[in-house]
Amino acid sequence: MSRIEFGLIALLAAGNTLAGEPPPARQKELVHLVRQDCGSCHGMTLQGGLGPALLPANLQDKPAEGLVATIIGGRPGTPMPPWNQFVSEDEARWIVDKLMTGFPP
Amino acid sequence: MRLFFAAFAAFIVAACAGPQVRGTGDLGLVIERASGQVTLVDTSVRQPYARVAGLGDLSHASAVYSRDGRYAFVFGRDGGLTKVDLLEGRIVKRVIQAGNAIGGSISQDGRIVVAQNYTPGGIKAFDAETLELLAEVPAEYAPGKFSKVVGLADAPGNQFAYALFDGGEIWVSDFSDPRRPVTRRFPAGSQPYDGLVTPDGRYFLAGLFGEDGVALLDLWQPDKGARKILENYGRGQEKLPVFKMPHLRGWSVAQGKAYLPAIGRHEVLVVDTASWKEVGRIPVRGQPVFVIARPDGRQVWVNFAFPDNGKLDVIDTLAGRVVKAFEPGKGILHMEFAPRGEHVWLSARDDNRVLIYDTATFGKLGEIAADSPSGIFFTSRAHRIGF
Repeated sequence: MSRIEFGLIALLAAGNTLAGEPPPARQKELVHLVRQDCGSCHGMTLQGGLGPALLPANLQDKPAEGLVATIIGGRPGTPMPPWNQFVSEDEARWIVDKLMTGFPP
Repeated sequence: MRLFFAAFAAFIVAACAGPQVRGTGDLGLVIERASGQVTLVDTSVRQPYARVAGLGDLSHASAVYSRDGRYAFVFGRDGGLTKVDLLEGRIVKRVIQAGNAIGGSISQDGRIVVAQNYTPGGIKAFDAETLELLAEVPAEYAPGKFSKVVGLADAPGNQFAYALFDGGEIWVSDFSDPRRPVTRRFPAGSQPYDGLVTPDGRYFLAGLFGEDGVALLDLWQPDKGARKILENYGRGQEKLPVFKMPHLRGWSVAQGKAYLPAIGRHEVLVVDTASWKEVGRIPVRGQPVFVIARPDGRQVWVNFAFPDNGKLDVIDTLAGRVVKAFEPGKGILHMEFAPRGEHVWLSARDDNRVLIYDTATFGKLGEIAADSPSGIFFTSRAHRIGF
């Protein structure tokens, strides 16, 4: 591996970490958004409602990128709207990661 | 004689310390969704008087009242059904009746409480006295397929009307014999999201999410089946995204018209309740969630889905337009009018406050602290058809 390639990978890795972790204040906002506003269909405890449950056990077989795409673009034919006005793709990725591993209170 | 007087005085003191005699017509409760408790309130002094905890997951909880206005039946999202005594400020009985519930209703005679459930999809009827299970009607709209149930409302004759979100049907169950309900089915349309029974108990309306329109069933003439009104109100235009489902109830009807939220449009649709024809539409500042008439029907108050859930628009039904637009707080989830409408209580979820406004002057009368408040339910609902 050349030094340039190594540097590029390190940069990408760093970029991923930075992009994947919203700042703490924003994380708090996202948790509030998911629990309160996603919660109006999925339940505040994420056990489901008009929309499906979003607990780790319900999501384990689903590819993360598909879930990110659902948050960003919505699901035509269902009541799931696109949230891209309110969350970035990186933020959606962080939300999906937290949903799959146990969402913060 | 002195001894007698002392005994008499002691009797008086004991009598004063005993339970205070009072009515319940001016009481109510506020759901505190995050902490599983309800705050009991007195709408005459506009103050809380007790807090009752241990009601489980109260996100999207709702309540109905016994006909004497003493007991609230609170339906929780986790399937819990809790009977709360408003006078003693305590839980009388609590059962877990389903995995995932969305609300409930109480029969005309006050003896049957019915819960509507998402999982397992269907309705369940309970004895209002004991919460003993009387009967259930699974929402099996096709062999092995169960639907989420929405829009459950009581109708005269101990009937309950409701809609099947996945099944696209309206069902009416007659509980004249509480243990052996008889159910009729009516095709309604794509994805009914909620329903209402008109204040006279005659019509059931189911709002449709999957298509532009509202399904209407005349409960006096059910053989005619459900028909569609407000068809194609979106006129084929692209819908705006809906970040929260609107809620329907008999409070939509005012002055011979029904004021209904449009889906995917920032409008309130106005329908004449004699002809069921659209007679107008009123632009508002977001996707309407609750469109609630003041009990006299002069005003209709509208709150909105995220991200406009800090706003409130007030329609004057005589002028046919919004006459007051304001931002009373953060996360305005619900509104409840005093029985005759002189003031309105608003839950401001993200401010952890319930705000009380004068509906004539729009002046703020007061506020009470509440932990993430959502639904507000006053005992005056006990005497309204379809609540």
